[in-house]
Amino acid sequence: MKKLSLIALTTIAAFIISSCGNSGNHESSKDSAANPEHQANTESYDPKRGEGKFDESNVQVGETIDEAMASKGEAIAGTKCLSCHKTSDERLVGPGWKDVTKRRTPHWLMNFITNPDPMIDKDPEVQAQLELCLVRMPNQNLADQEAREIVEFMRKNDSK
Amino acid sequence: MKTSKITLLTTLGLAVTLFACKPKNTSNVVSGNSAAKAYVAPGQYDEFYNFVSGGFSGQMSVYGLPSGRMFRYIPVFSVDPEKGWGYSEETKPMLNTSHGFVPWDDLHHIELSQTKGEYNGKWAFANANNTPRLARIDLKTFRTAEIIELPNSAGNHSSPFGTENSEYIVAGTRFSVPGDADNGDVPISTYKQNFKGHISFVSIDPNSGNMKLAFQLRTPGVNFDLARAGKAKSHGWFFFSTYNTEQANTLLEVNASQRDKDFIMAVNWKKAEEYLKAGKGKKQAVRYAHNVYDDATHTSTSTIETEVTVLDAAELKDICYFIPCPKSPHGCDVDPSGEYIVGSGKLAALLPVFSFDKIMKAINDKAFETEYDGIPVIKYDAALYGEVQKPGLGPLHTEFDDKGNAYTSFFVSSEVVKWNVKDLKVLDRVPTFYSVGHLCVPGGNTVKPYGKYVIAYNKITKDRYLPTGPELTQSAQLFDISGEKMQMILDFPTIGEPHYAQAAPADLIRNNGQLKIYKIDENKHPYVTKNENDARVVRDGKKVHVYMTSIRSHFAPDNIEGIKLGDEVYFHVTNLEQDWDVPHGFAVKGANNAELLIMPGETCTLKWIPDRTGIFPIYCTDFCSALHQEMQGYVRVSPANSNVPLRFGLNKDLSQN
Repeated sequence: MKKLSLIALTTIAAFIISSCGNSGNHESSKDSAANPEHQANTESYDPKRGEGKFDESNVQVGETIDEAMASKGEAIAGTKCLSCHKTSDERLVGPGWKDVTKRRTPHWLMNFITNPDPMIDKDPEVQAQLELCLVRMPNQNLADQEAREIVEFMRKNDSK
Repeated sequence: MKTSKITLLTTLGLAVTLFACKPKNTSNVVSGNSAAKAYVAPGQYDEFYNFVSGGFSGQMSVYGLPSGRMFRYIPVFSVDPEKGWGYSEETKPMLNTSHGFVPWDDLHHIELSQTKGEYNGKWAFANANNTPRLARIDLKTFRTAEIIELPNSAGNHSSPFGTENSEYIVAGTRFSVPGDADNGDVPISTYKQNFKGHISFVSIDPNSGNMKLAFQLRTPGVNFDLARAGKAKSHGWFFFSTYNTEQANTLLEVNASQRDKDFIMAVNWKKAEEYLKAGKGKKQAVRYAHNVYDDATHTSTSTIETEVTVLDAAELKDICYFIPCPKSPHGCDVDPSGEYIVGSGKLAALLPVFSFDKIMKAINDKAFETEYDGIPVIKYDAALYGEVQKPGLGPLHTEFDDKGNAYTSFFVSSEVVKWNVKDLKVLDRVPTFYSVGHLCVPGGNTVKPYGKYVIAYNKITKDRYLPTGPELTQSAQLFDISGEKMQMILDFPTIGEPHYAQAAPADLIRNNGQLKIYKIDENKHPYVTKNENDARVVRDGKKVHVYMTSIRSHFAPDNIEGIKLGDEVYFHVTNLEQDWDVPHGFAVKGANNAELLIMPGETCTLKWIPDRTGIFPIYCTDFCSALHQEMQGYVRVSPANSNVPLRFGLNKDLSQN
């Protein structure tokens, strides 16, 4: 008898769950509720390239520094980056920028500063950095061109 | 034997008490699958946004349907220290009126903006009942964007109902009073001679949403209660319920319930526009505040306007007509076709349904029974389509579904009654717990209701929730109306007394271009600091301006010295974050003020007048990162005659400067 009621309960529970799933009450929102960026899929992650829209094919840097571009980058960095990063090798909130372009490729940097959240979740070196700094680098909503200009400013900073 | 008798009596007594307390038996009201119908799984979105009036809280709250989860309450007419609304220098002007700064009001009704009789997802309008005002809430920011005060008015209850393209949002005065330009210092007993009604027509710019007091209608002195615009075939007309056509000025409970019928006032607003164009309006000198929030400067301004154009409804024929409606009508609701107008007499035991076609014919045939203070009164039978017989007691409000049915709330008999608009037959009734006021069907006031649910907003919750002392939560109840029978599926508590509410499809609102951050490069606040290197403190006489930045997780500057007693300190804090959902807060010890809550890319200003010397901590109030507790700083206040220099910094020793 006890067993029977248990079965009955399970059936009811199953019914409630399935009828809820099939209710069709909110098809429009099913795809969009959870943030897919945070559902880390580390298998396909390439730590050399990072994750984002940039790679060798669409980011090229010149032999010399483009001064105009670098000074635009410096202005943008002033608003969006330098509250937390020094241009020396000293850590403030995040690591200092000195020699970052020697450690990272331009397209990796551009991926990271335009698309930080998935990379913080997946990149082993960035995760190690997070353990030091304890503050996730914010997404500062940089336009592609702005990101490129910031990288030029970083290159200039490293050429001194 | 004795014991069992007592037990029996006690049981009987208990049963009687229970039944007396709950008018209908609740156990058979909620059926098995109701939980599933209201269930929205974690991480899933609701199907509808529900914009709900906060009543005497003065605010508007935002819920999801069918879950009944509350997402946000939006400060409108009352200060809100949590968000700095009415406390920050930027928002103080929003609550300015011709009476000065008013920190509270009573928000009753919500109207979503429309295009061609359907919601367009742009704005929500709300009324202030006490100090008469209209507000526009921008649904891209979920913030109050504009507030306009209404002259010649007192108790803006018959508001903020709108036309089918939101050409106008109206505001009918509940209390008739002497006009602002008239001498108001008269004996109260001269109501009949000196007290007048005024209805404001506020035009809405279809692109910016900006509100303008286009004109007012001056009417006989009665109480205006609620209103609805005509739609589709009746577009161009507006219908207002009135009570106290007895023109009583005391003990209205008795003296305003004498007449068998009061009126629904039909207004031909297209005709009023013609008179206005022809210059028939009279310009009056009045004073009212018009407050606008600017998204670029993050700052509001308050302007005192000084003129209104008034059209006299008794003098200018063919604008206003009265339709007799039994027993102090409250709701006055127009069905989706625009043909049927439902009057709900608060004290009536039937529901009259008027026909727009018949009203037009009656006006054409001059089928008038009399005049009331210069306004023609249409014969009841000449306007009536039919009556719903024995629907319930104390009808208040009616909303409509997409299948030709109406849903009317009954306060006295505490129920929702479903009836067919065409044949006027009652189809179903369900009890509410308790004493329902307004109803909301998603899109229920538009030409295309979405149907699916009706929400009852109740006046009394009594024993529905765990008790919390003398003051109990307010409540709403959600009914599934997709079948023939209404089915209660959820109770949920609300903020303040929920009056009217409207609900729109989630996608319409969330895909309307909602703002996630304020772009820092578009920030035009006069005291913005866009670069931490520009963070500074500037003295201007007794005023000290702190240009401060915040980012996870520090303020710049976070050490300030050289503030003196007698100074007025303005902290202009710019949040440099550019990521969604990363506000920073700001508070300073001892400030006779609230906190700031600064959205990404926004600048907000807190005024602080130090009252003593010493060290005053500042800190971030909104948890922002693992090092949020480190987001703090110090301000040193010295005596007025001190020679401590003004100095500031971040990560440096000020005394080394």
